[in-house]
Amino acid sequence: MLKTENKIFKNLYNNFGWEIDHAIKRDDWKDTKDIISKGRDWIINEVKTSELRGRGGAGFSTGLKWSFAPKEIGSRPHYLVINADESEPGTCKDRDIIRFEPQKLIEGCLIAGYAVNAHVCYIYIRGEYFNEGKRLQEAINQAYEKKYLGKNACGSGWDFDIHIHFGAGAYICGEETALLESIEGNKGQPRLKPPFPALVGLYGCPTIVNNVETIAVVPTILRRGGKWFASIGKPKNTGTKIFCISGNVNSPCNVEEEMGIPLKELIERHAGGVVGGWENLQAVIPGGSSMPLLSKKICDTITMDFDSLVENKSGLGTAGIVVINKDQDIVACMARIARFYKHESCGQCTPCREGAGWMWRILDRVVKRKAAYSDIDLLSDVTKQIEGHTICAFGEGSAWPVQGLLRHFRKEIESRCREEPLIKKKIDNPYLVDQHLLENKNA
Amino acid sequence: MSLKRIHDDQPKEFKFSNENLKKAEEILKKYPDKNKKSAVMPFLYLAQKQNNNWIPLAAMKYIAKFLSMPYISVYEVATFYTMYNLAPVGKHFIQVCTTTPCLIRGADKIVKLCKDKISPNENKISDKGSCSWMEVECLGACVSAPMIQVNDDYYEDLDERSTTEILDSLIKDKPLKPGSYRGRKNTSPEKKQVIDGEKHA
Repeated sequence: MLKTENKIFKNLYNNFGWEIDHAIKRDDWKDTKDIISKGRDWIINEVKTSELRGRGGAGFSTGLKWSFAPKEIGSRPHYLVINADESEPGTCKDRDIIRFEPQKLIEGCLIAGYAVNAHVCYIYIRGEYFNEGKRLQEAINQAYEKKYLGKNACGSGWDFDIHIHFGAGAYICGEETALLESIEGNKGQPRLKPPFPALVGLYGCPTIVNNVETIAVVPTILRRGGKWFASIGKPKNTGTKIFCISGNVNSPCNVEEEMGIPLKELIERHAGGVVGGWENLQAVIPGGSSMPLLSKKICDTITMDFDSLVENKSGLGTAGIVVINKDQDIVACMARIARFYKHESCGQCTPCREGAGWMWRILDRVVKRKAAYSDIDLLSDVTKQIEGHTICAFGEGSAWPVQGLLRHFRKEIESRCREEPLIKKKIDNPYLVDQHLLENKNA
Repeated sequence: MSLKRIHDDQPKEFKFSNENLKKAEEILKKYPDKNKKSAVMPFLYLAQKQNNNWIPLAAMKYIAKFLSMPYISVYEVATFYTMYNLAPVGKHFIQVCTTTPCLIRGADKIVKLCKDKISPNENKISDKGSCSWMEVECLGACVSAPMIQVNDDYYEDLDERSTTEILDSLIKDKPLKPGSYRGRKNTSPEKKQVIDGEKHA
C-alpha cells in the first residue's frame, strides 16, 4: 500500500485546486532551474536510475528512450511530442492529470524537452477531451505568465514552447507514428519502423514521443531522486502508477498505487470490491482492452506489474482495469471489444482491416448462438494470421483479447455453438468463378 | 474501418468568417512555415464550428486552397477522423459511449432511451427540439460509466432516471449541467474519500 507522502499526484481528485498558484504550493516548479542546470546527462541518468518505464502501454524504459535522441542539434530541430490521445477502453488516467495536475505535465515537458534538445513540444490530445484541452491551454498560459515557458524558460537559459494539437476521434493516433502523421496533417496511419521517431520523426526530425503520465512523474523523480522512485514497487517495475478501475465494482475510481500491488487488494481496498463479492468475479481485463483477460483463478494471486502480467500471458498496458462479474455475458463483452477494433482499424494493412471484421462477426455469431464448432478454430486461426503481420501493434491489440477469451473461456464458447454450419447446402461451384455470381446463390 | 456518407444537399460556397480568419492566422503560427499542412485538422474544426457543426465539401475545397494542398488530402483527413461531421447533426449532438466498460454498466439502456426519446435511427435529427444521437467508441471516462457526451460536455455516472432528465432538458433546449450524476467528486472512490491531513491550498 502506497504511503501518502509517496504519492506523486496529490490533486488527482481536485481537492486542492488545479491553478498554478495551488500547484506551486504542492511543490511543482520547485528548483526546476537547479535541476536543469545539472545538465542532460545527469537528468537522463537519474531517470535511468529510477527505472521508470513508459506508462502508455509498452513499458519501454524512459531514460533509454531519451538517450536515443542525438546528443547535439544538427541541421534539423528536435521535437518533443506528448501522447495525450487516451482512447484505450478502460483507461482515463491522463484526463485527470490534464484536468487537475497540468503543471506537473508542463514542468515535465520543459525538463524532458531540455534533456532531448527540443525547443518545441506538441501535446496531442484527443478531440473528445475538448474541455480538458481548454483547461490545459489555460494552465500553459499561466505558466507563460510566470515566465516558466517561452524564452529563457524558468531562468534556465533554454527556450521552450508548448503547443496543443487536437485529434479528432481516431484510436489509432495513440500509436506514436500515427500520431506524428496526424500532426503533420495526414490520415493517422502508422509508419514502418525503423527508422524510429527518435531519429526520423515529426517533419522528418528527431522526435521523442512520451505518454502524459510518464512525463508528469519526471519532475518529482528528479526532485526526490531516482533511488526514491526505484524503492517503491518491485525491481524493474518501480514507482507509482495510476490505476483506473471500472466495470462491475462497487465504487469505480482512479487511484494512484505502487506497482506490484496485488489485484485483489487493489479492487477490494480502493474500488469497494466486486459487485456480488469476490466469488462472483468472472474475469478481469488488466490493462486496457488490448490486453488478454485473466480468469478468476489468476486474479486471486496476480500482482499488478509489467513482468508478472506478461508471465500470465497478459500485460499491464495502460493499467485500465475492467472488472467483469458473473452477471455479464463474457462473450458479448469481448464481441463488443472486437467491434471496437473493427471500427478503429486504420485500414492500412489487410490482415488487420479484414481480420478485425472477421473476429467481430464470428464472435457476434457465437453471442447469437448461430456459430458452428468449426468457427472456433477459424476464429483462433484468424487471430494468429493478424498477430505479427501488421505494421503497428494494433494487430496484436485486436487479436490478443480474442486469444485470451479462447484460452480461458473455450468451454463457454463451445457450449453456445451448434453442430451444423450456417450455410448447409454445398453448392457445386466451378473451380474458377467470379465472386459476384456466387453471392446471390449463397445468400 | 467505417464509412461516412457525405450529405446530399451541399452549400455552394464557404468562407471563413473574419473572426475565424484571425484564429486561422494564430493556428498557423504553431507550426513551422514549410509545414502549413499541419493546420488542416484545426481548420476543419473551425469550419465545423462555423457551419452548424458539420463540414460541407465547399469548406474542404476552401481549406485546401488556403493551405495550398490537394483537395483530396483534405477530403481524406475529413473522412478518416470520426469527429468531423460530414452531414448535419442536431443542435444538441448526443454521443453515447457503448464500448465494453460502459456496456457492462448499462449503456444499452441509454441507447434505448435515445431511440425512444430522440429518434429510432442514429444521426437523424429529432422532430421535437433539435437533437440527434449516435453510438460512439470509448470516450475515455470509463470509471464514470455509463456516460454520454453532448456537444463538448461529458455527462457521467448516469442511470436511466438521470439520462431521461438530461434528454428531456435537451429536447426543451435547456441543457442540465454536465459532470457526475451521482454527486461524486470527479473520479474519486465514493463512500470513503480520505482527504490527506496535510494542508495544500
